[in-house]
Amino acid sequence: MKRPSRDSGESLRGISRRALVLGAAQFGVMGVLAARMRSMQVEEAEQYRLLADENRINLRLLAPSRGLVFDRNGVALAINEQNYRVVMVREDAGDVEDVLQRLRRLIPLTDDDIARAIEEMARHSPFVPVTIADRLAWEEMARVNINTPALPGVQAEVGLSRAYPLGSDTAHVVGYVGPVSDFDLSRIEDQDPLLQIPKFQIGKTGVENKLERILRGSAGTRRIEVNALGRVMREIDRIEGTPGNDVQLTLDAALQSYVEARLDGESAGVVVIDLENGDLTAVASAPTFDPNLFVRGISTKDWTELNENPYRPLAAKAVQGTYPPGSTFKLATALAAIEAGVLDPEETVYCRGYVDVSGNRFHCWKPTGHGNMNLHESLKQSCDCYYYEICQRVGIDLISEMAVRLGLGQRHDLPLSAIAEGLTPTRDWKLKVRGEDWRIGDTVNASIGQGFVLASPLQLAVMVARVATGRQIIPRLIRAIDGVEQPAASDEPLGVNENVLRRMRAALDAVSNHTRGTAYGSRIAADELRLAGKTGTSQVRRITQEERDAGITRNEDLPWERRDHALFVGYAPADAPRFAIAVVVEHGGGGSTVAAPIARDVLLQAMYDGPPPLSAYPSNIRSQIETLQERIQQRIAPGSSSSGRA
Amino acid sequence: MSYLEYNAKYVPTGLRKPLYLNWPLVLLLTAVAGIGFLMLYSVAGGSASPWMEPQVKRFGVGMAAMFVIAMIPIWFWRNMSAMAYAVSLVLLLWVEFFGSIGMGAQRWIDLGFMRLQPSELMKIALVMLLAAYYDWLAPSRTSRPIWVIIPVLLILIPTLLVLKQPDLGTAILLLAGGGAVMFAAGVHWGYFGSVILAGVGAVVAVFQSRGTSWQLLKDYQYQRIDTFLDPSNDPLGAGYHITQAKIALGSGGWTGKGFMQGTQTRLNFLPEKHTDFIFTTLAEEFGYIGASTLLLLYALIIVFCVISALQSRDRFSSLLTLGIAMTFFLFFAVNMAMVMGLLPVVGVPLPLVSYGGSAMLVLLAAFGLVQSAHVHRPR
Repeated sequence: MKRPSRDSGESLRGISRRALVLGAAQFGVMGVLAARMRSMQVEEAEQYRLLADENRINLRLLAPSRGLVFDRNGVALAINEQNYRVVMVREDAGDVEDVLQRLRRLIPLTDDDIARAIEEMARHSPFVPVTIADRLAWEEMARVNINTPALPGVQAEVGLSRAYPLGSDTAHVVGYVGPVSDFDLSRIEDQDPLLQIPKFQIGKTGVENKLERILRGSAGTRRIEVNALGRVMREIDRIEGTPGNDVQLTLDAALQSYVEARLDGESAGVVVIDLENGDLTAVASAPTFDPNLFVRGISTKDWTELNENPYRPLAAKAVQGTYPPGSTFKLATALAAIEAGVLDPEETVYCRGYVDVSGNRFHCWKPTGHGNMNLHESLKQSCDCYYYEICQRVGIDLISEMAVRLGLGQRHDLPLSAIAEGLTPTRDWKLKVRGEDWRIGDTVNASIGQGFVLASPLQLAVMVARVATGRQIIPRLIRAIDGVEQPAASDEPLGVNENVLRRMRAALDAVSNHTRGTAYGSRIAADELRLAGKTGTSQVRRITQEERDAGITRNEDLPWERRDHALFVGYAPADAPRFAIAVVVEHGGGGSTVAAPIARDVLLQAMYDGPPPLSAYPSNIRSQIETLQERIQQRIAPGSSSSGRA
Repeated sequence: MSYLEYNAKYVPTGLRKPLYLNWPLVLLLTAVAGIGFLMLYSVAGGSASPWMEPQVKRFGVGMAAMFVIAMIPIWFWRNMSAMAYAVSLVLLLWVEFFGSIGMGAQRWIDLGFMRLQPSELMKIALVMLLAAYYDWLAPSRTSRPIWVIIPVLLILIPTLLVLKQPDLGTAILLLAGGGAVMFAAGVHWGYFGSVILAGVGAVVAVFQSRGTSWQLLKDYQYQRIDTFLDPSNDPLGAGYHITQAKIALGSGGWTGKGFMQGTQTRLNFLPEKHTDFIFTTLAEEFGYIGASTLLLLYALIIVFCVISALQSRDRFSSLLTLGIAMTFFLFFAVNMAMVMGLLPVVGVPLPLVSYGGSAMLVLLAAFGLVQSAHVHRPR
């Protein structure tokens, strides 16, 4: 039993002192805590709130649906097809492999597909849907849907993907879309966030590419709240994007398909212009390719095949290919000479089969010569000597000036990839580019569309269209955007004497309707639909004197790539032109035998707006035409049936 | 002073005792626990299970224990001090060898109905024993080296055992809590000065030992220190917890995002949101006003304890009350400093608010002792 000590009072006072010290220290610490709390929650609150929002809010982009592309009659050329796919969520699936094996009995899956899916699922968080199979048929989709109870974690989804119902027929014009590549990103200036969406598809070529901004639309946004693992908790808000605008082209899908079918087997470019307003109703290049392959991601094998094909299926020859225009260029040479006042259309030039110009001999295609030639006869029979003579009077610069007025040597403003400028040579050009003086022989060569002169089928079609109408026809490809009609180009007169043009048209009429015309074999029998035009055969090699002496080798005996290009420019009906056409068949041989029949068939198809009756053809070739028509209809049939299904 | 002296003055007895309880303190404790229930309800996404309901039950049990302890005369508890310390020490040794493995540290004894953390018991037992020691020791001897070494050993033995578990937070609490009792008892300033110097030396030693064969802390503890020093180094890895906690706290602003509207909490950006980091949920949902209100309640609890200690007529009651107040203070100060990024994450719960059985029961029992000292004070 301890007695209370004397100093207990003093000791308690000591404790009290120390207790107050301790208490003060504690309050000091609490003051620090309160101050820290205040600085974080009041002074720096804004900054932390921002961080909290960054944590929880994710912005997801909603891809707009791409605008559609139609032809002039409303036939779909590019559509958004429903694309059925099957996705799987790992956390809902349980035994992933087991479910995949069950799924395999319903839809075709390779071992690789399964391995890839398992690997991808392992890489992502368990709640991320992983695509197992893409582009399923509707039946397969239905099978998966019916069996969902047995397939935990498997969902069937519908997405949109681009499809081209006419397939290869419009490949060079409409182009195709593909996923954005790093190359695209480095090239494209616009900073549309849509481009950051993985596998977002943008136009790669053709109209799809050139009208990308119109077709694409603008992105919608979806703000979602996510948790720490990135799982979507809820949608905060959603702003729908604007779908892309629909585009209507001037193309006539039926005619386009016909032309592609007619060109089957050739390497060629054909352009048809509606003379009323400059509408391009067919812009065909052959051979062609299936743009749908590119949308799905083309296989290496298909790609190699397309790339190594000597006929270059990927090239849009109608607008991109340039060729020596050959005799079709005589229109420009003659008009230049008459306009310059150095040639009277009735004046005759004697053709003896060749012309010697400053020590070089230039040959006419007819070694024996044509005799006396005026403008009409020289065009009809395509005499070369006549032009060798008149070109020297007018000079290359004026010829080229006339060629440019007729639509050559310039890029026509069309929404297509790689439009060629062609070449209308001048003295300055040769000095600047080649560093050489222009020589008279160059003019002589150019006068018949050889030498330096280069033109694309599009340019040649524009040329003949301007000659046929006397107006400055400007080609257009876009008829309407978002239902709004696009204005046709202004219809200014060409500024060439109408009397001269009338004489020229009479000559072009004679080319295919006079027995001695170069395209007489390709005439149209129906008088009111008569074909007028000009043939051309352009050499791609030089014919030496020895060869000439030994007799010129026939085209058929040459290797393909050394044969002549076959050309034809023309229009119909001859009396009241409605359509102009240019046909270039690469290494096709003669313009009259190869290119002119194509032009005839295509123009008849255009004028009848469908297969023409056999009566439109001369009686001697009707049976031959009948088989040709059957063959073409068979070629068209599979394409049109597939478009009907889509 | 002994209980004989009580006879000279009036000491409440029998059924009158409850009238003399420190009722403001009871109300404050209930208020703090109430905030805890609210927050546990919130972090469960608006549900009483799994956390709020057991917590309410434990609070009920704890309050009952507090009242029972308060009714028993304080001198009984003084006599029990050595026993409490001995039992706690045995249990600490027990978990050292047989404890269940949880959270990477051996801390619990599974009693079937609850998990007992002997380290929690020890926090109170140590304060009791030290108070009793200085009550027994003649005040003139308080600062004699031999009489200083004994309490130092009494503190160090459990501290080292806890540190070995390893439980850095509890070790700090034992050390600082025990030290506070010694300080209050009047041990000479010089000792504390030397210990603080030695402590600084120890910190230096801890950092120097890193990566050597005599490394003093575990790697994860070093990592926690590193991220404390610069959490931005590794915002998605080791520094993630503290960064997210600070974002939650700061983004609360003045008035908070509203009850159950805390995005950091609800979307799982917060770690251990129902235990050590529950303060950040409070700060996020009720803002500066809510957080400082809790701090104010805690401060009032300290104030009432200190007042009670100052009124005590015997050294045991006074030192015990001060020691328990100090331990309580250390709990919330360390926890708050931790989630505000002022201290490394050491794993100290927010007293009476964080979900957890042992801490709640032991703290309420400790306040039972404070109440007993208050009730049995001669008047």
